[in-house]
Formats: sequence, structure tokens, C-alpha cells
Amino acid sequence: MTSAAHSRPLHLRWSSIGLVVAGGFIGTLARYLLSLALPEWGGMPWPIFLINIVGAFTLGWLLESLALRGPDLGARRAVRLWVGTGMLGGFTTYSTFAVGTDGLFVTGDVVPGIVYAVATVVVGAAASIAGIALGSRGRR
Amino acid sequence: MTGVWLALAVALAGGVGAASRMVLDGAVKGRVRLPYPLGTTVINVTGSLVLGFVTAIASGLGPWAIVLGTGLLGGYTTFSTASYETVRLAQAGRWRAALTNAFGMLLVALAAAWLGLWLGGLTAR
Repeated sequence: MTSAAHSRPLHLRWSSIGLVVAGGFIGTLARYLLSLALPEWGGMPWPIFLINIVGAFTLGWLLESLALRGPDLGARRAVRLWVGTGMLGGFTTYSTFAVGTDGLFVTGDVVPGIVYAVATVVVGAAASIAGIALGSRGRR
Repeated sequence: MTGVWLALAVALAGGVGAASRMVLDGAVKGRVRLPYPLGTTVINVTGSLVLGFVTAIASGLGPWAIVLGTGLLGGYTTFSTASYETVRLAQAGRWRAALTNAFGMLLVALAAAWLGLWLGGLTAR
């Protein structure tokens, strides 16, 4: 445990990077395919809204479930990096959300833009809370 | 580059983006000893700035606009972690930090994306 590989911080180890690349590959692919498949009704980027809400809920559930099972080590840490940081981090996106909101502002849809932005943040927080609650219920 | 190859390139770029996010977040946490999730804000604001730029010059990039935008920057930035950290701050009773993380990040990211769109528009002209 005193080798250079283990004294290196977690975020710089090749094992961590490999897990996050593999997870990010899957999460990004899922987001890309879903955003092609889901309709953008009412001129609003609802596919990204839905993706972000589902991802926020699932991450809340995952991190709470893992934390209740024990310390962030070994297999639990690998799952957190692969599924949490990689898959769900890559599935959800902030940049497309921000540029999409600005896109509504640019076309003069100021009120829809504000509604879209605030709804994403507020419903996202509610989804995180619900996911955490579900994760804590599973172990009691 | 279309169809399956484009999807694979987007996915691979997303994997690279996600790993860059972990490395940068870890670097910020190691240097800035704040009880605040600053790393995610830095990531989401810089990613929004660059995506604004890429979006404005997209017509000159062809399929690379999707690889860079949906793939690299989509995988680099994250909503789920930002939302989770907001809720954790609120659950710790740190309401001001929670509101800053939720709405402060939103306003700065929107401004950054706007700046990127504007800069890209100047370049594309």
C-alpha cells in the first residue's frame, strides 16, 4: 500500500480514470440517443430537462445507497466512479442546459426561458431529494 | 462521419469529458480548501462558455460540432452532481450556500454561455 500508485490521489489514478471514461462513454451515448429519439414539444428542450431530472434522481439514490453500505472503498468506490461520476455525470449535462436556455432568450422567448431554467433547477433538486430518500429507505 | 461512427465518437468524447471533470474537480478540491463544491461550478461555467462558442461556429464544424458539444462538453459538464451538492448543502442547513450553488451557478453559466455564443458569432462572421 506504500507504492506510488496508491499514494497518488484518487482522481489521478489510471484505474479511476478508466472507470470514469467507461461510464462516461455509456452515459453520453444514452443522452445522445435519447435526445435524438425524444420530441422537443412546444419549442422547449424538454429531452435535456427529462435527462437531467432522471439523472439527478438516480445519482441521489446511488450515492445514498452506497454511503449507507459502508465507507467509500473498494467495490463501492469503483461503482461510485463508474456509475456515479462516469455514467450519470456523463448522462446529465449543464452546458447543453445553459446554451439551450440562452437559445430561448435569443429567439425572444424570455419567459419560457426563465420557466425552463428555474424548473430544471427546482425539479432537479426535488429529484435529488427523492432519490436520496429512496436510497436511505432501502437499508432500513 | 455519420450514424454509428458518429455515435461512437460522441460517446468516446463523453468519456474523455467525464474523466476531465473528475481530474479537474479533484485538482480544485486539493488546492482550494473550501467547504463549498467550487469544482462543479468551475466545470459547468467553463463548459457552458465553450459550448456557447462551439454552438455559434457549429456550421463550420460539421459533425465535429456534435462530437465536441454533445460528447466532450456534455460529458464534461454535469447537472446531477450539481443538484446533489445543492441538496447536501441545504440538508446541512447551509441555505445561503445551497441557493448560491443552485441559482448563482445558473446565472453565471447562462452568462458564460451567452459570452461564448457572442464570441463565436464574432468569429463566424
